[in-house]
Formats: sequence, C-alpha cells, structure tokens
Amino acid sequence: MNEIIDPRSVDRPNSYIGKSIPRPNARKLVEGRGQFVDDIVMPRMVHVAFVRSPHPHAKILRIDGAEAIAMPGVVRLFTGADLAKHCEPWVAVLAHLKGMKSAPQLPLPLERATWAGEAVAAVVAETRAVAEDAVARVRIEYEPLPAAVDMETALSPGTPAIHPDLGDNLCFQRVNESGKVDEAFAAAHKVVEATFHSARHTGVTLEPRSILADYNRGSAKLTVYHATQAPHMMQGVFAKHLRMPEGDVRVICSDIGGSYGIKVHVYPDEVATAVIAKIMARPVKFIADRLESFATDIHARDHRITARMAVDAEGRITAIDIDDLTGIGPYSVYPRTSAVEGNQVVNLVGGPYDFANFRAKTTVVFQNKTPTCQYRAVGHPIATAVTEGLVDLAAEALGLDPVELRRRNLMQDGTYPRTSPAGMKFEGLSHEKSLDTLLGMIDYAGLRAEQERLRAKGVHRGIGLASFIELTNPSPFMYGIGGARISAQDGCTVRIDPDGSVMAATGVTEQGQGTEAIIRQIVAEAVGVPIGEVRVITGDTLTTPYGGGTWACRGAGIGGEAALQSGLAVKEAALKVAGAMLQAQPDALDLIDGQIVERKTGQARMPLAELARIVYFRGDTLPPDLPRELMQTRHFITKEYPFAFTNGVQACWLEVDIDTGMVNLLKHWCVEDCGRIINPLLVDEQVRGGIVQGIGGALYEHCVYSPEGQLLVGSMADYLVPMAAEMPDIEVGHVETPTRESLLGAKGAGEAGTAGAPAAVMNAINDALKPFGAKVFAQPFTPERILAALGKVPARWPVESPAGSPSAATPAPQPRAPGVQAQAAEKSPSLLARMFGRR
Amino acid sequence: MSAIPDIAVSLTVNGERVSRRIEARRHLIDFLRLDLGLMGSHTGCEHGVCGACTVRVDGRIVRGCLVLAASLDGSQVETIEGVSDSGEIVDLQEAFIARNACQCGYCTSGMLMTAADLLKANPRPTREEIREHISGNYCRCTGYHAIVDAVETVAAKRNGRAGP
Repeated sequence: MNEIIDPRSVDRPNSYIGKSIPRPNARKLVEGRGQFVDDIVMPRMVHVAFVRSPHPHAKILRIDGAEAIAMPGVVRLFTGADLAKHCEPWVAVLAHLKGMKSAPQLPLPLERATWAGEAVAAVVAETRAVAEDAVARVRIEYEPLPAAVDMETALSPGTPAIHPDLGDNLCFQRVNESGKVDEAFAAAHKVVEATFHSARHTGVTLEPRSILADYNRGSAKLTVYHATQAPHMMQGVFAKHLRMPEGDVRVICSDIGGSYGIKVHVYPDEVATAVIAKIMARPVKFIADRLESFATDIHARDHRITARMAVDAEGRITAIDIDDLTGIGPYSVYPRTSAVEGNQVVNLVGGPYDFANFRAKTTVVFQNKTPTCQYRAVGHPIATAVTEGLVDLAAEALGLDPVELRRRNLMQDGTYPRTSPAGMKFEGLSHEKSLDTLLGMIDYAGLRAEQERLRAKGVHRGIGLASFIELTNPSPFMYGIGGARISAQDGCTVRIDPDGSVMAATGVTEQGQGTEAIIRQIVAEAVGVPIGEVRVITGDTLTTPYGGGTWACRGAGIGGEAALQSGLAVKEAALKVAGAMLQAQPDALDLIDGQIVERKTGQARMPLAELARIVYFRGDTLPPDLPRELMQTRHFITKEYPFAFTNGVQACWLEVDIDTGMVNLLKHWCVEDCGRIINPLLVDEQVRGGIVQGIGGALYEHCVYSPEGQLLVGSMADYLVPMAAEMPDIEVGHVETPTRESLLGAKGAGEAGTAGAPAAVMNAINDALKPFGAKVFAQPFTPERILAALGKVPARWPVESPAGSPSAATPAPQPRAPGVQAQAAEKSPSLLARMFGRR
Repeated sequence: MSAIPDIAVSLTVNGERVSRRIEARRHLIDFLRLDLGLMGSHTGCEHGVCGACTVRVDGRIVRGCLVLAASLDGSQVETIEGVSDSGEIVDLQEAFIARNACQCGYCTSGMLMTAADLLKANPRPTREEIREHISGNYCRCTGYHAIVDAVETVAAKRNGRAGP
C-alpha cells in the first residue's frame, strides 16, 4: 500500500504529486484579502516605536523621556533597565562551532549601543504616528566610543574590543582541510588566484518585520501574531526569555509578506515588544518601517575571500585553498548564530568538483554594524562565486573552454554516494546530466558564434556558467547538536472529517513558497481524496504538530514526507474501518477520489463521507474493538545524511556597455535537481525568484557604510533591488534524483537560484570583458566597478577602509581594485542621526 | 489628540461615500488602512518606490504613501477590494493564480492595479512594455517572469488570442 509511483507515469484520479496545481491560498491574496500582521487590529491595542542609536558605538549616559511621556496619546516609555528585569539575556553560540563566542544580549541594551540603529528605548502610544512623534522627543545623552567598523582591521591591536569581556573581536575561526594542499600547489601546472568580495546586503522583505503580542494576565497566556518562519522556535524563545512555561505561549503566523531567512531570527525589538505586552497586559504592535528594516533586519554576505586553485596539465583541479573573512556586527544573532554563514562557505567551496586537496579558513569578526545572519542560500552564493570564478580563471589559464574544464572536473554521475574534500556527504547528484541538459537549452555554440560576431561590431556580450550544490533537508547536525532548540524534525496531522473532507495541520510554514499547496497535494494523494477536499493549517503552535517551520529548504522534503506518511496512515485506518463495514479484507480495498473502492476492479463500494458519518455518529454499529482513529500524526526526520544536497547549473547571457559600465541581462537559464518535484509550477517560480534575488546581490544591492560606521542606505531609493525592467526572462530545466531517505524523495528547491546566480553573472561579465583583459570579482558589479576594471575611471576601494589605506583590503592577486558605489560619499552625514537621533 | 489640524474631506471609496475629518499629515494609504479598514493595499517602502500601496484616484494609479488623504476632497478612490468586488480585473486575478504570479501576496494588490492600468492604456503590450510598466512595483518573490507571463496571457485573451 505504501508506495508512490512516479505520478506522471499514470493519470489516475487523485494523483496530484508532480502536477502543476495552483495554490489554494492565492485567491485571497489576489483580492487583497490576506491577513498580514499589520492588518490585525485588537481592542486596547497600542503601538511601540523605538528610539535608536545614531552612533555606531556609544555609551548611553542618560535617557530623559519626560517630554515624550507628556505628549497626548503617549502611554509609556521603557528603557533597557525596565525590560531587563523581565527578560533573560541570550548568548548566540553553538557548541559544535568550536571556540565560538558572543556577548549576552537584551531587548534593549543597558549601557552601550553597538550599532547605528540599535534600539535603546521604547515608546508606547495609542498610534504608531504618535509613538514616532514621541520618539523624537526622547532625549538621550550618549558618549560616542571608538568603533570597530572595518572587518579587515577588526582584529588589529589598535581596534577596541566591542565587548571587553570577550577579549577581542574574534567570534569564530575554523580551518577545514583535507589532503596535501601545499604539495599540490607546489606541483601544480598552473595556479590561479583572485580576491572575491561579496557585498553586505539584506533581504528587503516587502512586508517589514511585524509582531503583535498580547498578554492576558487572567489566563497568564501570551499570544504572539508574528511574521516568523519558525513559530515553534519562537514559542520556545519567548517562553524561555520571558520566564514563562512553554505551554503558556502561543505563536500564530497569519499571512507573511516574504521571509527569505530574514524572519527566522530573534530580533531584540521584537522580544522587547513581547516583554512590553507582558508588562502592560495588553496588545502591543510593532511593525518596522523601511528605515528600521535597513538598519535592523539582519544583513548578510559581508565577505572577503582570497582564493587560489591548482590545476594539472590535463586540466584537472588538484587543490583549492581559500581564506574567508566576514564581519557580522556586534553580536552573533540568536539562536542560529552568525558563524554559520562563514562555516557554510568553508563547507561548500569546491562542492561540485572531484579533487583531493582542500583548505578553507573562515574568520568571523565582530564590528559596529548591523548584525548579519542567515539569508536565503546562506553561504552558497559566496562559495559558488569563489569556486566558479576560479574555474573560469583556470580555464583561461589552460586555454580551455569553460564548459570543457567543467566536464573534466565535475563529480561524475553514478559515482555516489561520496564525500567531498570539505567533508560533505552526497547521496546522489547529477552534475553531468544537469550540464548536458543546460547546454541543450542554451545553444552554447550559437551563443559563442553570436558573441564573436558582435564583438567585431563593438558589442560585448558574455556567457557565464555556474555549477552549484545546495544544502537542503537539514538534520540536527545543523543546529540541534550545537544546543539550539531548533527542530530538524517535523510533523503532520491528518484528519478525516464527517463530510469526508480532510484537514492537514503541519509544522512547516507558509511565506509564499506554496507550502500549503504542496501539503494539500501530498495529503490528497496519500489519503485518496479530491484535492479540493483538503484544507491545510500552518503557522499556529497551538494547533499544529511541533516542528521547525520553513527554512533551509526543508518544507517539501521534511514537512512533505511527514504529510505523506500521515496521509497514508489515515488511509490505512479508514480502510480498516471500511473492511469491517463491507466485510472485506482492508488490503482488498482502496481509497480513491473520496470513494472506498475494490482495489482490483476499481468498483465503488462506499463514499468516504459515509464511512466518516458512521464512525463519528453511529460508532455503535461497528465492532466494539475496531480501531477507528480517522486522525493520524506522523513525524519525519532524516537519518542517513546530515543534509540532502541538491545540485544544478546556471547560465547567464548578458551585454556589457564598455562606455557606461552598464550590464544588460539578456537571458538566464537554470537546470536544477531537487529530487522528486511535487509541483513544477511552484518549483520553477522558486528557482526564478531565487535567481533574481541572487542577481540583486551581484549587480545592485549593497548596504553601504561610511568609514565611521554610518549606514548610508536608508530607503529603497538608496538601496537598489531588482525591478522588472532590468530582469531577464529565465528558463528553468530539471533533472530528478530523488533522495532515498524518504518515500516522497523530495529535496529542497528554494535557494538553488540564489546559490548560483551571482557566479553566473560574474563569469558572464568577465567573459564579456575578456578582450580587454579586465575582470571584476567584487560584488555588486556596479557600472563604476566595471569601468574601473576597464581602467576608465579611478578605482575607489574599499569604502570601509580608512582613507588612504586601500591595500590592506586588496591583497596581491586582485588584478584591479574595484570601485565603490557612487553614493558612498567620503564625509557622510549620519542618516540615522537624522532619522533616529534628531538631536 | 495632537496639534496637527484636521481637515474635513468627503470622497468616494470603492463606490461608497465617505466623510471624515482627516489629520493633515495622513497619507492615503494610512487613511485607507487605519481609518477605513481597507487592508488590501499594503505599506512597503513609504518612499514611493515599491508600489505596494498602489491605488486608483480618479482613474489614475497613485502611490498611497505619497498622496495626502486630505487633498482628496471630491475624489474617487478605488482599491484592490473595489476592483475585486466589481469583477473588473477578474481575468488578471485568475491569470495570477494560474501562473503562480503571486507568492507571498504582499506586492500583489499594487501589482494588479498597475497591470490593469497598463492594459487599459495599451491593450497589446510587448513583454518589454509590460516589464517597463510594472517596473515601479517591487516583487521579491517571483523574479517577475511569471507576472509578465500572466499579464501577457490576459492581454492576449482580451484580444481574442490564446495566451503564450
């Protein structure tokens, strides 16, 4: 009974897995009738706004709220000390990341502000507008302190330790090494090297971070309406740090306007909102405005990587050696920690390739900037850009076509399971088949011919390739073993109701990916009912099985398998009852399209609704000892592999205007292998959306800071995101290598696009610039940086460095220094001082 | 509550007459959401860049975060709720659902208002023209391709042709 045949091989009733079925929850969204947290209004609800530090590092000497509190409509003001009495501090470290350290953090700091934008006081008022008015009247006396801004100098003797108790600004360091790296480089036919920068950028969820917390003193229960990816994790966090029993906290996720990793972290201002709700015993709402989003949503990908690759005369990669440095802000972010991104880089570099000698070092440092943490495709875009950049350099050095070099070095299909030199276990990948599929889609020879023809006319187009791996379906090896209360297992409860319809409650959550859609498909097929009969419940800690939520591409692979097993269990239970009612062997029956049928003939015997009616209302007519649980719960956790790796390859075709430095994206392709595809319509749009998010980081997005540590991008007019006019059409192809860890066989798909896109764009730009011997390795690849690489404008780099010492950040291999974005003026006015400090 | 003056305004919202005293600084998006409870239009960037708050005033699409509600005395305002109830954009809505051109849904109201505006002015847009017209509406989820497909399909259907 428990078998899933390839659903596309037969077209039988209620075969839904593998079909492009639109999302059941889309209609309310297209009618503007979703319910996001900011849409919820409650009696006696008040709004909190935060006074934020205009200084990157400052001692808080005095907070005077007298004028603010006197304003009409202002209810209360809270300082760090006020909230600390009601809240346990947290320290974001993971035990398995050896030697990692961070400092205790509270909702509002007690003595010092450590980044420009950190909340230092909270004003509660009857409306958000009044709360903001009052924020402007809170007088805070600061003593500015020297700031550690530049990650390159964070560990230098002259740089003050942000947290003196920690001794220095080192958060975490790790070297991942295997084989004989130095010997391989010494024996190399060619060595290529470069310094890569991935710019600090952020998620820009269109719905800002949102929370509405309500505490009922009578029942002693806290209810939190929260735009979070991980409601059960947040339930635990609120309970632990507000000193409440876990059962007294309920977290509800209504519709969520995008997450991409931004909404899976613990933010001090959100904990402050919950603490204030508990103190005031009334509903308190906090919706970040866009400036707050830029200054306090986690940033990510602030990395500098020096990297080299050794190849032999046959064009085989023999060794990769990288040194990664990343700045994460003043605190590691709770509870996932901010060391994971660097750790991913040293685990993923070189991932698609078959080579023996590997060394990767990451150094994670504190600095006085917005904290960084996990953002869509954590570490992958960085590792892929480094790897694929080196591969293209090696191809050039060897005089080989980039496709040929990849063919010689990609891990061969059919050689799995195997372990990468970085220690990653691969169950089954399809690099070669994916590359073949991609080449079939793009007409590589034709593009090369067109490139050649146009070059003669002064038009410079480039093709960039990027093979990649993606980590999905994480086990407890990601967080749990380090002590974080983050669930790697997930569960699903499936219930048949008296009318024969089916309810499925799942621990995985929906932020637009289509979680509810795929759970509905899986359950409909597993139970055997028409898909319209299934409704899905997500995002409520009171009503769903305990689970991890949606992150790290686990929704389909983990949540989907739990739903499948749960649905099959319910079907088995229903068939047992049917057997008793119809005096047949349960094995001789089946449940198809809402009907109990003869398994052999398909002849209908009884509607499921009739069975359910008897079970629920006329149980007296059934044999007394007959089990009749038409509700079953199953949980799933991966067992054999710490992660289910996926793979794929992308190609980018673009044109560079060598006079303006502008990049015009013409077309993008991706072939990816996420195992069993549950809904191609949803997978393709996950891939496309991910690619565009990756392109954003590659071409536009940059959290630019002044040398003093002031964030210079505070609105969407300053911080560029991909908009429709600049984005290309994207073709998506698939290879399917299901995981054997589960019956469903699904792996994750949500981050593949982002993982590979920046590398493909970079390689395409450098391919276009080839006639000029110019190359760019520092994201974002702005027109100025491209012109600087072409020698047409002076290079200015890096903005974070003290004036006049650019060499510290650009070691020898960098052929040309990249420029900085135009908006990074030398003497910067403090945006946050203007917006937050106001005096 | 504050020293900011209230201004008496009468306007029509989704066909219903509304009279209110409005704080002079109140933006249209806040007026719609906070005073009228019309939560379908969303606040995204508050700088007129993202388009999440796009609504129609006297037949033209505007940014709800850039228009002061007190300036709309006598105006006709239409929101996603209004055009949903009237059925005006039902084909666009169906196409967005069928093509999965809406993921988290936060941009969708504004995106649909802008797409409807395009098709009114230009019934036969090219893909480039669609991209250009929606280029003031930020969508982080889809990468835009599916949205362009959906709008293209509706344009083709309205012109009596099969979609792409």
